Amino acid sequence: MPIKESENGQFKPLIVAFCCNWCSYAGADLAGTSRLSYPADIKIIRVPCSCRINPMFVLRAFQRGADGVILCGCHPGDCHYSTGNYYARRRMTLLFSMLDYLGIERGRTRVEWVSAAEGVKFSATMNEFSKTIHELGENKKLGDLRCKEFLD
Amino acid sequence: MQRIFGLVKDKAEKLLADGTVNRVIGWKNGEFFYDQTPAVFSAEDKLDGLVYDGFCASNLSKYLVKESKKDGKILALLKPCDTYGLNQLIKEHRVNRENIYVLGIGCDGMLDTNKIRDKGIKGIEKIEENGDDLVIQTIYGEKSCKRSEALLDKCLCCKGKEHMVYDELLTSDEELPENKSDRFELVEKLEAMTPDERFAFWRGELSKCIRCNACRNVCPVCTCEKCIFDNDNSGIASKANTDSFEENMFHIIRAFHVAGRCTDCGECSRVCPQHIPLHLLNRKFIKDINEFYGDFQAGADAEARGPLTDFTKEDVEPSIVMNKGGNL
Repeated sequence: MPIKESENGQFKPLIVAFCCNWCSYAGADLAGTSRLSYPADIKIIRVPCSCRINPMFVLRAFQRGADGVILCGCHPGDCHYSTGNYYARRRMTLLFSMLDYLGIERGRTRVEWVSAAEGVKFSATMNEFSKTIHELGENKKLGDLRCKEFLD
Repeated sequence: MQRIFGLVKDKAEKLLADGTVNRVIGWKNGEFFYDQTPAVFSAEDKLDGLVYDGFCASNLSKYLVKESKKDGKILALLKPCDTYGLNQLIKEHRVNRENIYVLGIGCDGMLDTNKIRDKGIKGIEKIEENGDDLVIQTIYGEKSCKRSEALLDKCLCCKGKEHMVYDELLTSDEELPENKSDRFELVEKLEAMTPDERFAFWRGELSKCIRCNACRNVCPVCTCEKCIFDNDNSGIASKANTDSFEENMFHIIRAFHVAGRCTDCGECSRVCPQHIPLHLLNRKFIKDINEFYGDFQAGADAEARGPLTDFTKEDVEPSIVMNKGGNL
């Protein structure tokens, strides 16, 4: 069964969430232990810090069939490594602006700052992001046809 | 340009003779009259074949990465815009500055034979400069054209006649090409399009890419010893294996890797055999950096931190891209 389609034939997006180990991943954990739900479309990848995320990771995720990519990190000023997220912020601003310049839908990428205490925010953000991606539909502009078979 | 060539050659000969340098990097005649090629001359060569004319557009600073690590000093002939590239390399500790003697030479703009051909002048055999006029010898007889109409695109957005780094200057009072076009004009035009139009535009341009890597090889700040695009096992190192995604990604990553370091020299577009306007990707990053983090010119000095290796606590959030308004 293709992953992109649910049993009733509706579009089921694939969303990659890069979460930093110290804040957002713990935030996701808190969302879970607090019994808050977020869509199963979201696949979390844990990274040591938001600045570990190479722009290439975002592009690769799109290549392999992601319909949206969201990056979560500690709030600016709260980075476990002091300054990592400040660098990530600049990088991602430029990358998103470039993707927009190339004609990729702006809504497909996002950065949110989620602390370890913000389970509610994590769940709300993910629900909202998933809704946006549902509205945007399948990512056709950046996908790689050769990677389709891996999704089936 | 011929006026200054004699001076340049004399100066280079003098520096070679008194032992200040033991090599000279300059240009020599290429296969055709319009493809002057970078070349290193040793003292024994007696500068045979050294040229400096309107077709010496190539930036020699990148060659200094390797040349400056050899024994002895090398004399580098650098035009004003080339010195931005060298400054950037000095900042990144890619060159050994002590082994380079920079002779800053004047420039009054470089010529583009394609622009002359576009005027319907074919069969060009030789081009001579006569003030603001070009005397063009063709197989169909003598033609002429205005110099200002045949300048390279990058020279139309000239950064000025000041050298950013030099040991000695050798300039004459050349008329600089008028700085007539706004370098962000085309970027703004693209930004005003709808996303689908932009996507179609870039697909049209980037699908022409043959993955020759000339843009990477010529770029004065692309100096990684091991480049991610050189992995033969990746399966995407050649055109035959790539699809539209890889074409997009190659160019996004190439531009991103030089974001904040690109001196806007325009070499990538000049050497592209497919005439892809690659500088528009770099200029988008430059425009964004100027807008978000304050005006920055890479290579203007050898100390300032690049915008991507620096931050402030008040930086804009990435959501600024989302909230720009316009079509989603």
